[in-house]
Order: sequence, then structure tokens, then C-alpha cells
Amino acid sequence: MAALYEGYTLCGLVPAQNLTSSGVHGIKSERDDDHVLVTDSARSVTLYKVSDQKPLCSWTVKQGRSLTCPVVYNSITKEYVAVSDNKVIQIWKEDDISLDKAFKATLSSDVWQVHSTQGAEPVVLFQRGAVRFLDSILAAPQQTVEDVLAHEEDLSTHLVADSQHCVIFTTEQKGDHFLYLQRLNPNSLQKYRLEREELGLCPLSFSVALREKHICLLYLCKILPCVQTLTLPRTLLLSLSVGEGHLEAASALILDEAHVAVVGVPHPSAGLWRFSNKLFIPHGKSLSVIRYECPKSCLAIAVGKMRQARIEECKGPSSVPSWSNVLHGEKVEPPRTADARKTTHDIFCILQTEPVEKVQQEVGAFISSSNTTDLQLVAGRLASALVSRSLADLTFYTGGLLSQLVQSRNLCYSICPDLLLLALEKRDYFLCQLCLQFFPDIPEAITCACLKAFISMTDSDANILNLDPASVSFMDMLITKDNAQDGSQNGCSYTSVKNDSLEIMDGAVPKENTQTPLEETCPVSLNKAVLLNEILQASYSENCLLPHLKDLSSQHVFLQYLQFLYLKYSQDAFPQRKELRSPTLNQVMDWVCMVLDTHFTVLVMTPEAKGLLFKLHTFVKSQVKLFSELGKIGSSLQEINKMKAKKEIGQYSIEIIELY
Amino acid sequence: MGEFKVHRVRFFDYMPSGIRALAFNRGTERLAVARDQGSVELFNFPDNYCQEKVIPGRDGRSVEALCWVGSRLFSVGLDGLITEYDLDNLRPKYTVEAYGGPVWSISCNLEGNLLAVGCEDGTVKIFEVLDDRIQFQRNLDRQKGRIISVSWHPSGTKIAAGMMDMIRIFDAETGHAIHRLLVERGVGTAKNREVVVWSLAYLSDNTIISADSAGKVQIWDGLTGTLIRSHYITKWDVLALSVAHDESSLIAGTSEGTVVQFQFLSSGEQQDKEWIRTRTFKNHTHDVRALVLTDIAVVSGGMDTQLVVRPLLDKVEKNTAESALRKIVFPFKSLVSCAKKAGLLLFQFPDHLEVWRLGESEGYGKPGECLLIKRKPEKLIHLKRKGEDHICSSALSPCGSWLAYSTTSSVRLYRLQHSGNNISISKVSKLPKFLCSAHQLCFSPDSTKLFASSTQSSVIVISLGQSECKYVHTLATKSGSRQPVHLLAPSEDGKWLATANTDCEVHVYNLNKLKLHCTVPVYGSCPTAIAIHPMTSNLVIVHADKQVFEFSLGQKEYTEWSRKLQKQGLHPHWLERDTPISHIFFNPKNSNHIIMHDVYMLCVIDQSLPFPDPKTRLYNQMSLRGLPEAERVRHSHAFKICKSFQDVLSVISLEDQSLVIVERPLLDIMSQLPAPVLQKKFAT
Repeated sequence: MAALYEGYTLCGLVPAQNLTSSGVHGIKSERDDDHVLVTDSARSVTLYKVSDQKPLCSWTVKQGRSLTCPVVYNSITKEYVAVSDNKVIQIWKEDDISLDKAFKATLSSDVWQVHSTQGAEPVVLFQRGAVRFLDSILAAPQQTVEDVLAHEEDLSTHLVADSQHCVIFTTEQKGDHFLYLQRLNPNSLQKYRLEREELGLCPLSFSVALREKHICLLYLCKILPCVQTLTLPRTLLLSLSVGEGHLEAASALILDEAHVAVVGVPHPSAGLWRFSNKLFIPHGKSLSVIRYECPKSCLAIAVGKMRQARIEECKGPSSVPSWSNVLHGEKVEPPRTADARKTTHDIFCILQTEPVEKVQQEVGAFISSSNTTDLQLVAGRLASALVSRSLADLTFYTGGLLSQLVQSRNLCYSICPDLLLLALEKRDYFLCQLCLQFFPDIPEAITCACLKAFISMTDSDANILNLDPASVSFMDMLITKDNAQDGSQNGCSYTSVKNDSLEIMDGAVPKENTQTPLEETCPVSLNKAVLLNEILQASYSENCLLPHLKDLSSQHVFLQYLQFLYLKYSQDAFPQRKELRSPTLNQVMDWVCMVLDTHFTVLVMTPEAKGLLFKLHTFVKSQVKLFSELGKIGSSLQEINKMKAKKEIGQYSIEIIELY
Repeated sequence: MGEFKVHRVRFFDYMPSGIRALAFNRGTERLAVARDQGSVELFNFPDNYCQEKVIPGRDGRSVEALCWVGSRLFSVGLDGLITEYDLDNLRPKYTVEAYGGPVWSISCNLEGNLLAVGCEDGTVKIFEVLDDRIQFQRNLDRQKGRIISVSWHPSGTKIAAGMMDMIRIFDAETGHAIHRLLVERGVGTAKNREVVVWSLAYLSDNTIISADSAGKVQIWDGLTGTLIRSHYITKWDVLALSVAHDESSLIAGTSEGTVVQFQFLSSGEQQDKEWIRTRTFKNHTHDVRALVLTDIAVVSGGMDTQLVVRPLLDKVEKNTAESALRKIVFPFKSLVSCAKKAGLLLFQFPDHLEVWRLGESEGYGKPGECLLIKRKPEKLIHLKRKGEDHICSSALSPCGSWLAYSTTSSVRLYRLQHSGNNISISKVSKLPKFLCSAHQLCFSPDSTKLFASSTQSSVIVISLGQSECKYVHTLATKSGSRQPVHLLAPSEDGKWLATANTDCEVHVYNLNKLKLHCTVPVYGSCPTAIAIHPMTSNLVIVHADKQVFEFSLGQKEYTEWSRKLQKQGLHPHWLERDTPISHIFFNPKNSNHIIMHDVYMLCVIDQSLPFPDPKTRLYNQMSLRGLPEAERVRHSHAFKICKSFQDVLSVISLEDQSLVIVERPLLDIMSQLPAPVLQKKFAT
């Protein structure tokens, strides 16, 4: 199985009116694999540097016009080629700012797509099936282009096998699918009819790969996706169970001989692109980039002899969330034994019917006995089944099993959205903590719900909690650090340490009230603080989080806690230990900003928050001052850099000096 | 204020020679420095460590050790000779053959009437110091193996001699060896190698200190001949020792470039004092070959050619100019001369001269920019000297057609003829016989006269003609100074010639009348640069203590500006500068500008501006640059100092008003030194 690494967002998307479209028209690689051109479904195209997650340039066509196919990059001339309003070809260079002044040519017929491969002249595919080189069409834009397709035959997909001058496209005519193979040099056209599936089966997505001069075509059907090669009879490669709902839109992509990437429900998107070892998936309101790695497959693995080694291999990047489970998938793997399947089946039966104790025993045994790969396949289904039974049956709750599953790192929020909510409802805060730790994709609304639950928790409730020891010990250290300092010095005898700590325990209360300023003591209890830390470390997008944060009620408590953390962090070189899970200073500051942003008017009116706000204000003022000073010396520092670069002096030079 | 076009020259491959021996005269506070090439330099420590005199070397002459006897300076070398120097005429006075093979060391007794030298053949020879010579007295018992180091006991009755693997103590009266102190060899593979006792010190309490090649400094009891204490201070050789005059402190120099100090202290409650290692100084990259511990400073020199004066912070006031570390790298005497009109440079090396033509630039540039070089500089002549004596002075005439150099034994004059790009050189055969040696040579601005500084502060004037060169006159003073003239400054109009000698006298001669015009009042510091202003005929003098004077030749008195400067006093930062002003000239574009330089800066003194207030910053060019034009006037003062050029050997103005700055970066010198002894930097 290919390893998928943690994804990151390349850019936000504005979804089109119809939800099936993802908002991305197409993605094309630019000068190298790290630069991509993203054409959105509106009017603009943006050049991104993927590794930096940064847009470099953006161009937009005039209001009223639209880009009708993805913009491509002509690597020979280093120009961009766009088609607007089906007929107008526009060509420009990177340093052109506006498209208005770009070269335009209006063609006689509608263009379906333009395709460009590295080091080759772009080709233009017309909607009626004709194919031309870009330069030949630009030589005479108004030339007539022949119709290749029959009446009522519509182009549906366009594919290109890389590194050969051939264009493959598929058409549809009254439920029949045809495949055209257009070679360009020499010019030849072949037409294939795809064998008809059972009625109502229509291909959703095509992907093509060149394999030792054979073209391998993969197409994904509703209900039964399958693969067909053009030279061999088609074979059903794999079937994926989809669960409830229809597979409205899905995409499949061949990664290499052994790996196929599939994306579909529950993502309402049909796009899936791949450049070098990155997958590009429009995901909700953003375009995600996921790096993957296809491990080399070998016979031994298939036969099962190297299974042990393989497990370890899989474990390697342990932080990899498996996106494959997005589809609750289970591979039909020939080497799997009948026994194993039976056990899985049995487990699900037990899950549905047996009482809590039995379930805990059996499933627990199953989880601990099954190997990583097997568990990976069923973890999602197990969790879903457990959660749905718990929801249906109020007396049924197996927190231990769920936390075991979460800790196996085979789950993510999307696989089982009800899991975290269930944990909140059951006040299983340990499970909440685990979910916050291990799920990379918790929606901001849920994060906020957790935050509210944590803050409103009473201290007595919090104190009896059993939480992750690593994060508890971090917080413990942070809170007691000041008090313990006297005793932890080197060279102190044991007795003096003991005495000191006793003293502190005795004098703790008056000390807090009189000597220590308010912000020195932690405003929340230890366990509460640990849980809040998890919130701080959860991933979020500011835009999505802010609206939910607005209806947080006891903001000033949270803000006080944040300030406490900030003070602790900024004090005397606080040892931020890598091995202990702890929020970073940046995360703390980001949250401070967000809370202030959302509740500023309320906080201004709250007397408890006044001192806090004042302090933050002076702090910000000092920071602003610092930055302005830094800004002032910035140019001087740059000058120094320049001076250093000039230092090289040869044996002889003639210079001009000036004295003032 | 002013823009200058600068030819930044770094192709002068000047390479100073390593320091071999040092000797400090406590009476006159002069330090004698002998270099590997055989030259001997004298530094005047009270006068800002000013390099007063240089006695040029000679092929085949080597100096292994130096010794002051009163104000007389002796040296011995591996050529087997004992030399006494004529410090007035800057040449060896006489040499005496020791007849014992190479001589390694020389030591004088406290009374100053006997010299002991250690020879290769195993003898310590005693010479009697007479008024005008030295005379062999006798040999001490001859030993097997060479005598590397000798040291007199202050009483004059005993002599310690360092040899291979041992130290011998002799009775100076009888000449018999009393004790044999065996020095342990190094460990490991060094066990098979003889250990060399590089240096010895015989203290008045009969303690003998030895430094050897096994890295030890050992303390011996000279009475019993026993080892008291052994300090292992380096893995390599300990090459030099020096004991303070009051015998309370001593220093040892090693091949690693470190100098280790020992002090005679009582440790703890014990009453007995012992030698305790106290401080370590690391100011050298290579072998420390010679050391002197003066009352206030550690003076060290070695292979890396630098003379380092490191004041002991417990002996001087902290954070003053006196407590600053000094490194003396460059000779004070200029090694570069320039044909202003022809754009030629003359570089002086001990054994040859080089004439270069400067390059040319194209177009103009803004301040701070480098111009495009149209023509690269070109080496025109490589002139090897004749004879064995090293070149001590050289000059190129402003028109570029005359070249002269002198050694201690001869003066040679050449005529250069330019025809297009070709240049031919021909020796002027008949020179007046008065001109047999010159300490300093200088051509008149119109290239018709040659001035040569001769004995007894006199200057010989030679007129140069196409057909012959004639002796004109000898300019002499009646002051009776025997010191040589080390600075010559003719005026642009050819009327005046100013001279300065190491007795701090500055004389001005009228060249039309060929007689002394006036003498500037003697100031207590040696002049390091003099020049006559072309318009006002004012003589500008800068001394080793950085004082600047302007003397009007017409009025024969200090000018108003000079009096004002003296009244207000120079800026403390100016006075603290540790290298002397080595050249003065004037800005042809602005007669108010006096330009001078030392090794680390170029300074334009604008006489029209107020003097810097001692409380404000002296080096204000950077801050002035940041100010708008109108503001600058308010903040600027007379001393405009440019520090863009470092390790400057010479600054000369050309006729086209551009400057030539000859730099010799220390890194370039360092890169030409042999690799230092291997040192482990990390625990690998």
C-alpha cells in the first residue's frame, strides 16, 4: 500500500454553484514538478510553488469571459496558453501582468482542451474531436477544422499518454463509450468501443498510463470500477465498497504498476491530479497536496514470506494518516486467508449483538491480535460500528476499545465523525484528548465544542480525570516550576529539599494571595490545562474557527490561561522539551489573537479582563515599537550584507573614494 | 568635501623577514631586533616604539644572538664572526673571527668588560671588551658537543652553558667545568633525539633556568647541580627565555607561538618562594624565537615576523594607550617610491628592485565604485642588486627617467629611457666619489638633482645631466649631530630642502644659496614625516608621538594654525594611534588640505575647519555620510579619516591628482609563511 503523508493546503477554493464541481478547472505542471498552474472554475489562473505553499503569480480574464479549459505551460517557449470562451486562444509570458494585452487568436471552432508535455509543442483538441499542433493552428487561426465525432457523440474525457505524441479521448453516444487514439506523428486515428457494462454502469473517471508500449487504461465505474487494457481483455482490478450513498463523483489515477489512487465520496470532488510524488485533491474549500510514496512491491511480499519485515516498513513513517480509509476500503487481496475473513465477519456479528463485556473482550483481543495492515483495513469499520451501536444503545459504551483504536493511528475524523462527539457526550475526556492528538482533520466547529466542554468542566470533575501522562507531566512541570526551583538546585542535600517542599505546601495559600501576582499562578486546574493544551495544538483554519469561537462564553478564563502560558514561556528561558507534547509559543499567541478578535467588545466591558487587556496592550505596544526599530535598522543591515559581498579585492583596482 | 581616484595596489610582494634575536638596553631603552636576513633594527621604546634605525643585512651574514654592552651592540652568527655595529653610520663597525665554528650565543658579564660566546666546536670563548674593539682572552674547558646558550652569573665568577643533553657550569676564573646537569630527553620517539638546551638564565641566587627542545622549563640549583622543578609547557621546543631585571619573573617562548610567564612567588603559608607558572600569552602563530621581558611588557618576536609588545597589565595603568597591545609589522621606512609624472612605482626588496607601470581606468564612477580597468599594471623592470650588501634605500625620479639605490657600500644610479611601450635601463657609470653610501635617497621635483643623506647628518647634492652627473655641494649643519638624516623633503619649487635626523633635529636648507636656512626648534620626539607645502612654503612635521607642527619657512616660526593646534591639543584618539605617520603630501586641488597616512588610515587635515573637540568623535566619516549636505558642515572637523584601506605601506599622489595606495594585507604575508607546528585543535 502506498504511504500517504500528511497533507497540506495549497490554496483555498471558491466552489462553483453546482456542488459536484470542485472549483478547480484543472492543474497543470509548470517548469518543474514543484510549480503548478491552477485554473479555477471562475476566471483566473494562479501559478503556485508547491513546496512553499505560495502563489507566485495570478492572471484573470476579463469580466464576462471565462477560462474554458485548464491553462497550460508551453515549456519550449516558456509561455502560458489559455482558452477563453472556447474559441479564443491567449498566450502570454510570466512577466506579463495583465491578460488584456496578451496575444489573442480567435479560432473557427470550439476547443475542448490544450495539452502540453515537457519539451513538446502543445496540441489542441477540438470539441469535435480534431487534434492540431498549437503552432499550426496559430499560423492560420481561421482554418476550418474537420469534425471527427459523429452526431450526438460528445467528448467526455481527454487523456494523454505522456512522452508520446498521442492523444486519447473518450466520447459518449447514447450510453455507449468510445475511445479515440489519435497519433500525431504520423497522423493516425483509431477508435475503440468500450464493452458495455451492465445497464446503468457508466465510467466516472479515466486514467491512462504507458506501460512498456502498452497503454493501460483505468476507468472507474459507478458500483463496479474496473480496469481495462487495450491489448488484453479487460480485467476487474478491484472493487471498492462505498457504503451508503452513491458515488456521484470520483476519480482514479494510476500511480505506478502496483498503485492506484482513488478519491470520491465523501469528498464532493471529481478532481485528482498527480505531479511527481504529490497528489492534488480539491478537498472542501481548499486544494490539498498530499505527498505519497509507493514502496516497491516484490514477489515475496505478495506470497507473504516477508510479512514481518513489511509491517515494520509500514510502521516507518508512523505519523502517516492513511487516506485510503477515506473510502472505508477493504482490498480484495488474493493471498488473504479464509480464516482471517471469517474472524472479521465474526467480530462484526459480536459487535452488533453481544453485551458490553463480551464485546470489550472479543474486540479487544481481535485488535491486539491482528497485524497492522489488517487492522488498517477494518479499523474504520470497527469504530463506525462501535460508535453507531453506542449512539443507538445508551447503555453501551466501550471507551477503552475506542481509545485503543484511536491510538492505533488508523482512524481520522472523517472516517468516523461521530466518534469525537460521542466521547464528548459521554464525558470521556481521555478519548477526546486522544482524538485531538491523533486526528488531523477535526472540523473547527467540533474543536470549538471541545473547547467549550473543557472550559465549562468543573475542577472537581477535572481532577479525577486520567489523561495522557506525557502532557500532564509537562503541565505539572510548568505549574510547579517556580515553587520547586529552590529545592531543585544542585548540591542541595535531600533534607533541605524536603523541608523546602514542605514549607511550600504549608505556605502555598498565603503566598498565592499576597506575594505572587495573579498571573503567576495557573488559572485552571492541571487536568483542564492539559486538555486546553490539546486544543491549542489542534490544526485549524482561522477563517473557519472564528465564527465558532464567537459563542464561547467564559473567554476571559481561557484568555487568562493563555496569558499564563505566554508568561511562562517568555520567562527565564523556559525549557521547551521536545519529548513532551506541548503547545508552542506561536500557537499560544495565535489563540490569544483569535480570542481577542472574537470577543473584544465583550472583554472590554468585563472588569476581570481589564488588567489582562491592559497588559496585552502594553505588550503589543512594546512589540510594535520593537518591530518598528527593527524595521529601521533593517535597511542598514541589508547594506552591511551588500558591503560584505563587495569585499573581494584583487591585486589591483582603481576606486573612487569620498571624504566628507 | 572631496573625491579621490585611488589606485589600490596590492601587487607589492613585500615579505618581512622573521625575527631571530632581541636585545634590550635598559639604559637607553632601545630594543635591538635581528632578523633572519641579517638586518638589525633599533627601536626607541620611550618614543612610541619608534623604529629609529635599520642596519641592512648582507648575504651570508646571519645573526644568531645580540648583546648590548653599555650602548655598544654586538652580534654573533653562524658565520663564526662577532660583529660590533656602528650605530651612527648604520653598518657593521668591525668583525672578529671567533675561530670556533658557528657561534650560537653571546653573553656579557654584569660589569660589561667580558663577553662569553658559545661555539659549535664545544668551546666557550671569553673576549675582553676594549674601547674600540674586542680581544680574545681565553677558552673555557672544551666540551664535546656544541654550546648553544651561555649565561653569566651576575657575580661574574661562573658561566652556565647549555649544550646537547646537558648544562655545564664553569668557573669563570679557572675555566674548569664545575657541574654537569643532565637534561632529560623527551618521551616516546623523542627519546632517541638529543635534547637541545636552547636558552639559559643564571640568577643571582644561583638558580639556573633552562629551556629545552623537549618542551620543558627547568629550575636547577646551581650550587648543588640538582634539578628543583621541571615545568612541561609545550609538546614542542621552548626556544627562548628572558628574566626580568629584578629576577621576580621570567618568560619562555615556545614553537607553538605561546609565551609562558613564571613568577617567583611564595605559595600558601610557606615562606620559601618558588617559580610558579602564571600567565600564557598567545600573540604569535609561529615559533617565538626571541624574547625580552622589560619592566612593564613582554616583547616577543619570531618566525611570523611581527614584533609584539604586550604590556603586563599589573605593571601599567589599565585602559590607556600604554596598556594596548602593539604589533609592529611593517618597517617605518618607505619601501615604495613613485614617479608622479610618469605613473611608475618602484618597489624595494633587499635583493632587487621592481619598477611597475600603473594601470589606467576608463570612464567615471560614483564614490565607492570601482572603475573599469582599461590597462592592467605591468612590471617593467626587475633589477637585481650588485654585491652582497642588501639595498637600504632607493628612489625613482618624478619624471621616471632616473633610478637610484644604495647599499652600505655603494650607490648606483640608472637612467631609464622610455620609447613607446619599451623601456631601457642604463647604468650611469661615473658617479662622484663622495657618493659612496647613502642612508636615504631623494630626487628633486624637477628631476635635476639627487639628494643623498650621508654621514654626520650631511646631505650630498648631485646635479643630474644628460652627459654627466656632478657633485654640487654637501649640506651640513653645525649642530654636531652624528645621526644620519632619515627624512628628506625638497619643496616643489626647488628652493628648499628639509631634512630630519634621529636626533630629532629638523633643518631647512636654501638650495639656491646652498646653505642652511633655519633650524626648527627641537621637539622631543623623532620626526616620522616632513613635507613642504607647494604654495605657502610651510613645513609640516609629524613626530612619532603624533604631534603635528606647521613651520613657516618665510617667518621662521610656527604658523598661527600650528600654535592653535598645540594650544587646543590633538584629539586623544589621534594620539593613541599606534603606527607612525609615514608620509605627508598636499592636495593639489585644495591648498587647505594636508594629507597623511599611517598603516591603518588615510587622513586629510583641512586647515580651514575647526579642530575636533576632544569629547566628540574623531572618526566621524560614517556619521557624516549619513547626514544631508547642509548638516555636514556643522558636524565636520579638520581631521577627515578614511579607514577603507588597511595594512597600508605607502600613499602617494600622482600628478593627475589621483592617489596610489599600496597595501600589503597581513593575510597575504601570513599565507607565505611556512606552516606552523602541528597543533591539535580538537580532541581528535
